[in-house]
Amino acid sequence: MQMTLAINGADHALDVDPRTSLLDVLRDHLDLTGSKKGCDHGQCGACTVLLNGRRINSCLTLAVMHEGDEIVTIEGLGTPDALSPLQAAFVAHDGYQCGYCTPGQICSATAMLAEIKAGWPSHVSDDLEGAPELSAAEISERMSGNICRCSAYPNIVDAIADVGRDRS
Amino acid sequence: METSLKMDVPVQHSLLDSTNQNIISRPIDRVEGPLKVSGQARYAAEFKLPGMAHGVLVGAQIGKGSVARIDAGGVEAMAGVLGVVTDFDLFLRNSAQGMATEAPCQGVREIAYFGQPIALVVATTFEQARHAAQALEVTYEKGEGRFDFDAEQGKAQPKDSTLSSQGDIDAALAQAHGRVDGVWTTPSQTSAAMEPHASLAHWEGDSLVLYGSYQMLSTNRMQLADALGLDIEKVRIRAHYVGGGFGAKLGIAAESVAAALAAKALGRPVRVVMTRQQVFETTVRRSNTRQRVRLAADTDGRLTAVAHETLTANLDGEDFSEPVSAATKFLYGGANRTFGNEIVRMDQVLSGSMRAPGEAVGMLALEGAMDELAEKLGLDPVELRLRNLPDRHPGSDLPFSSRSLAECLTIGARDFGWPRRNRQPAATLDGEWWIGLGMAAAARSNMLIKSSARVSLQPDGRALVETDMTDIGTGTYTVLAQITAELLGLRVEDVAVHLGDTTFPPASGSGGSFGAASAGSSVYLACEKLREAIAGQLGGDVDTLVLSDGMARMGNISVPLADLDTGPLDATATIEPGETGENFVQAAFGAHFAEVGVNAHTGEVRVRRMESTFAAGRILNEKTATSQCYGGIVFGIGGALTEEMIHDTRHGAIVNRDLAEYHLPVNADVPQLKVRFLEERDHAANPLLAKGIGELGISGAGAALANAVYNACGVRVRDFPITLDKLIADLPDLP
Ligand code: FES
Ligand code: FES
Repeated sequence: MQMTLAINGADHALDVDPRTSLLDVLRDHLDLTGSKKGCDHGQCGACTVLLNGRRINSCLTLAVMHEGDEIVTIEGLGTPDALSPLQAAFVAHDGYQCGYCTPGQICSATAMLAEIKAGWPSHVSDDLEGAPELSAAEISERMSGNICRCSAYPNIVDAIADVGRDRS
Repeated sequence: METSLKMDVPVQHSLLDSTNQNIISRPIDRVEGPLKVSGQARYAAEFKLPGMAHGVLVGAQIGKGSVARIDAGGVEAMAGVLGVVTDFDLFLRNSAQGMATEAPCQGVREIAYFGQPIALVVATTFEQARHAAQALEVTYEKGEGRFDFDAEQGKAQPKDSTLSSQGDIDAALAQAHGRVDGVWTTPSQTSAAMEPHASLAHWEGDSLVLYGSYQMLSTNRMQLADALGLDIEKVRIRAHYVGGGFGAKLGIAAESVAAALAAKALGRPVRVVMTRQQVFETTVRRSNTRQRVRLAADTDGRLTAVAHETLTANLDGEDFSEPVSAATKFLYGGANRTFGNEIVRMDQVLSGSMRAPGEAVGMLALEGAMDELAEKLGLDPVELRLRNLPDRHPGSDLPFSSRSLAECLTIGARDFGWPRRNRQPAATLDGEWWIGLGMAAAARSNMLIKSSARVSLQPDGRALVETDMTDIGTGTYTVLAQITAELLGLRVEDVAVHLGDTTFPPASGSGGSFGAASAGSSVYLACEKLREAIAGQLGGDVDTLVLSDGMARMGNISVPLADLDTGPLDATATIEPGETGENFVQAAFGAHFAEVGVNAHTGEVRVRRMESTFAAGRILNEKTATSQCYGGIVFGIGGALTEEMIHDTRHGAIVNRDLAEYHLPVNADVPQLKVRFLEERDHAANPLLAKGIGELGISGAGAALANAVYNACGVRVRDFPITLDKLIADLPDLP
């Protein structure tokens, strides 16, 4: 199927099998291998990308559904020489070990900070109406869709808290 | 230049204590960090070769029997399908065990466990291969399988090499002032590294190049060469980044041989990535265990007897049995001692080494029993442990190379606020949560494995380190750069570390917590040799050489390293274990303290606070070492509270073979952990004076939680994981 995907600000013309997930298009067709495949079933978060600014599991959606959407992957957030604030904070706080879940964590955290800013409550928020705080409990709760078997969780929380504090 | 050291005698002085680049041990950021956080670090499945095809493994849909027929016709006619590849003799039945130097069990006509790979469907695209693999028609002859551990355990056979006994356990128990005699059970567990097993194979003439996701390349290469009947020189494995291993990638798995055979048959590169379900079904698991622990103590609270006897499970022909009593043998004294494992033969996926094989589950039983004993004796659990630290190994009478366990226990207890604990269970409520504190000791044997590396000084004064060592998240890139920078007086940025390619000198690989110390020691020795060569060029004694900030100084000579004669200036060094491994008990130690809440209505357990103090010789990088310990501790949380791989007792399939149903700890399950290292040097271990830490964190962590659960609500659970169903019936009423 012929289609065009807008990824990291550039249009990509593609000819894809309609069965191809967005994740597999990124990894196999466009060589954007920063998005990882940990389960292919929406159970680990390693494939998290931003779709029109919101975090999604790219393994759970077909590429053909996304013509006209704005997709941002880890490669679009920053490069080794010009890291995004969250990318830099993950390095400084050792918010990873093997690095395999990391692009998903960072994409997820990027959108999660925006969700907090927009006042979205979570399961651990005291108040459904007020502005949620950027506590460790809030960050942990909101980041629990991204599994890290290396278990860098305490450092992931610190890295996100650092960036979140600077923003607010 | 070449050099080597066999650790036959302790190293009295390490250069790392006298050099002055001041970079060793410092908590510097991972050198490969920017690549990882920007998605530029490439893992096995992310390499692409021209003409590459995609293979998807097909696993057996019965738990025992044989393949009668594979009807490939229909599938071969499907769009894009290039072939159905199988080889009933060469395909791997089991993964290789860690450090094996030969191929694992091959041959897949007979089905030994549910999900065993039997064929590979290869197509032009992944989507085509996946569809065709699902459509492949296989006919089976069904056999009778052994899938119910409880039904089979009566047929357990002793593993002779594990049996040892001294004194008279029964007499000591009969005379004891306080005693514990209990059975602890732990379920099958899986490593669940986030990167699934993957291999990309391509042939250059009659040589194989395989991009793999493996922990120990030098032995993986031997296993793969043997499996394919190749000379080892004809096999090259590359694994520059590995998305975690935790034991599951110690040995080659089925996808490697399947990819290699398919690439050969089709004359093009073939990539095979396991599905998450296949990683569960066909790689390796930690065996379930049934452990009987008996402890006896006298009126002073001194142990008189320690017995730890275990049943584990494995496939026919597989010798591995989780060494559950590894730490029990030397942690506490007591004159009467009995240890031993028996293996129950089961038709379930291979049991092998998962992070801290032995201590990970053995310490749940031992440290749980110690908590029960402390209560019976009316002693504080920390005090009971302090009273029972033996001066020497209670069995072999060997000395400890270093052991700061007493310090870990006392400093850890003080910092945690342990003295404020209420010894009475179910005495503290916070809203609807029963609150409790628990503790446990940690111990993990230290090993040294033969390892080689080459270090060369480049014409521009920078250094290059090359070894087939892996970095599976363990910080290898960074600590090898730090050791080199420290010893050659360079900035870390001026050291390039190249890992994960069997064209480099063979290393220990990553496993058993020995990676950093073994590979690091080889780098140390190579740098030591380079220092001698540099001193030679300056015409003086190496003891007067000072290397720092890119300059070599001796007396009043001062030369930039870039001005030395580097054509060539390199050294290849090998470290080997020797007599210090036999003449000392070597282990890293620690103490965990935990606070949990148990919901008074539901029995849900939440970890509220956890602090761990460790001593493991020199810490090479405080930041990456802390992360390693976090990782171990969280494995402990999973083992204590959530992780359980369940086999269906009727047909042998794994019921919860994905990340939704096998419950790994997620971020919300883990509080902000605290880890502290005590200063220590271990002269018998290696020239770095460092011990392993990759598995130390898991040892005892779960026991501290289980003991805290008891303190919180007064319910003892000896059957792990401690899920709410095991607590709820016995929870105390709210006041
Ligand atoms: S790969 Fe998409 S959630 Fe795991
Ligand atoms: S860094 Fe390895 S899984 Fe998160």
